[in-house]
Amino acid sequence: MPDTKTEPQDALILLGCPQVPIQTSVALYLASKLRKKGITTVITGNRAARTNIEVADPDRHYIGEVIDIDRCVALLAEKKRDFHFCFSFIHNDAGLTYAATVKAISPAAQILIIFGEHYQEVASSVDFPAEIIAVNAVHNPMPLKAKIDEVFPWVVSNL
Amino acid sequence: MGCLESMKHEIILRDASFRECREYILSHFPEHFEVLPGYKIFEKYLIGVPPLYIAVDGDDVIIPYTKPCYGTFLIRVPDPEMVTELRQKKPK
Repeated sequence: MPDTKTEPQDALILLGCPQVPIQTSVALYLASKLRKKGITTVITGNRAARTNIEVADPDRHYIGEVIDIDRCVALLAEKKRDFHFCFSFIHNDAGLTYAATVKAISPAAQILIIFGEHYQEVASSVDFPAEIIAVNAVHNPMPLKAKIDEVFPWVVSNL
Repeated sequence: MGCLESMKHEIILRDASFRECREYILSHFPEHFEVLPGYKIFEKYLIGVPPLYIAVDGDDVIIPYTKPCYGTFLIRVPDPEMVTELRQKKPK
């Protein structure tokens, strides 16, 4: 992991499939919180997930760099890029598979944001070290927002 | 799928979980290799939960391929040169 004492901190926000409505709004909310903390964010996802984010924040008040998920995996695998934190939005097996991949190829501290109607099943299949935020939230972002508000100070200051 | 899409391939499993693909490889292909997530093959970096396996079967390479909205596919790609390369490298 990059040296947290001497370098500005940065975070990767890894988006899953945008099928679950709350992902985009909560990712923007998280990006805003990180930015207020002085943490630079890079958002990655497939084209649909990235487009949802970019359309929702056209003037880029909250988001910074946005990159394709395959390119992001390549940069991490080739050790050309790294992050202090990785916040992974997960609501299905594929999302968990991407998060496990980033865990394997990057020293970034992993925070798994697990949501959607199958959140318990997905959370129970995590078998690698990570902080887990798991909430039953599909259409209403408030339960997940509340959970992020609750754990965010601890996550950012202790990892 | 980048260059893989333009290659001849057969889908063995579709919309599966990553674990289902792993178990299928282990139970159907005796010649398999454990690789690390991010292993580069067909100009792509493999996505997967360790332990991640790929296999060879005759002149074909068997790999899992995950797409965020469609789950994990298990794909058979005919490529004798890659089969030879994998047998020589025996990647871990």
